[in-house]
Amino acid sequence: MMRLVHLFLVFTLLSVLAVGGGTAVLPEMQHMTVDTFHWLTDAQFRSIYSIGQVAPGPNMLMVLLIGYHLAGWSGMTVVGLAFFLPDCLLTLFVNRWWVHLGSWPWRVSIQRGLAPVAIGLMLSGTYAIAKLSIIDPLTVLIGLVVFAILLWRHVNPGILVLIGGTVYMVLM
Amino acid sequence: MSFGGGAVAYLREYIVRQEGWLDDEGFLGAMEISETLPGLNAVNMAIIVGDNLRGIMGAAVSVLGMLLPGSIVVMVLGILWQSNHQNLNVKQFLLGIAAAAVGLLTTVTLQIGRRQFRQLPDVAIVFVTFVAVSIFKVPLPFILLTIGPVAVWFYRPSIAKERAADEHLPFHRGARHHLFRH
Repeated sequence: MMRLVHLFLVFTLLSVLAVGGGTAVLPEMQHMTVDTFHWLTDAQFRSIYSIGQVAPGPNMLMVLLIGYHLAGWSGMTVVGLAFFLPDCLLTLFVNRWWVHLGSWPWRVSIQRGLAPVAIGLMLSGTYAIAKLSIIDPLTVLIGLVVFAILLWRHVNPGILVLIGGTVYMVLM
Repeated sequence: MSFGGGAVAYLREYIVRQEGWLDDEGFLGAMEISETLPGLNAVNMAIIVGDNLRGIMGAAVSVLGMLLPGSIVVMVLGILWQSNHQNLNVKQFLLGIAAAAVGLLTTVTLQIGRRQFRQLPDVAIVFVTFVAVSIFKVPLPFILLTIGPVAVWFYRPSIAKERAADEHLPFHRGARHHLFRH
């Protein structure tokens, strides 16, 4: 029961902190689940992240798996609600007030100011996954090749990610 | 069916081009709200589009539509992983995926931040945020309560006009996520 309460609190906090989306909150999620509460090892966190990558929809659905891994179906339910519901309610509320904010001068300031913070946080999320997964020459190569291909042309990233996994599995 | 965080490009394709639920202006307005608020862009977009079309029920249905299929797949894969997590092939497959994801995340971040990476004050804010989180391990609440307000103050209304003279909408006007559009 205590664990469910902790899961609820941690993922509610992550939800409201997710300025810049899911990637931006990854370092804090890793810190909380691995270092603070010792719920997962780094390797487990990485594996769960990877599973989120290959499923359709937002890759942050990985949080459901963290909840399930720690406390079964009730853990999954609690984490899902805690992580998604606060943001949904906030967005619903702001959407209805946005027209009233139209002429509020600070609206533009908030958007402009938070944008680079969000980008910095996304870079940190990328770096966190890189530290967990770029561990040998082949992983360096896989990361670089995916990066280069996506710069070069439109390819469904889900397919590239699956190929990356297959290549590593076959060659190692 | 969006993979790897490219959901927003698909949203635009369906919402604007195929279904005509929003025009481009409306779509950009919805994107502004989605990106400024915490939470996943795609989920926030689902809320806004659903709410604008059909009120609260519309919002609830569209969020479920956004999350439910992926949730089922994540859980099925996750349960399979739990019973096979010692398997070397499974471990290597998932590691390769994470490595590939780094390439993807880098592209997405550069793409979303392409405007910020061209402006010196923004580059400085990006850099300070990154170093604080990744090198000095400053907790995220502290970041959002310190760097956040400073950055907003930097673009405060009395000077925001001149600093944003070229463009009033801060986020991503024009072609965006071109990488993920069909």
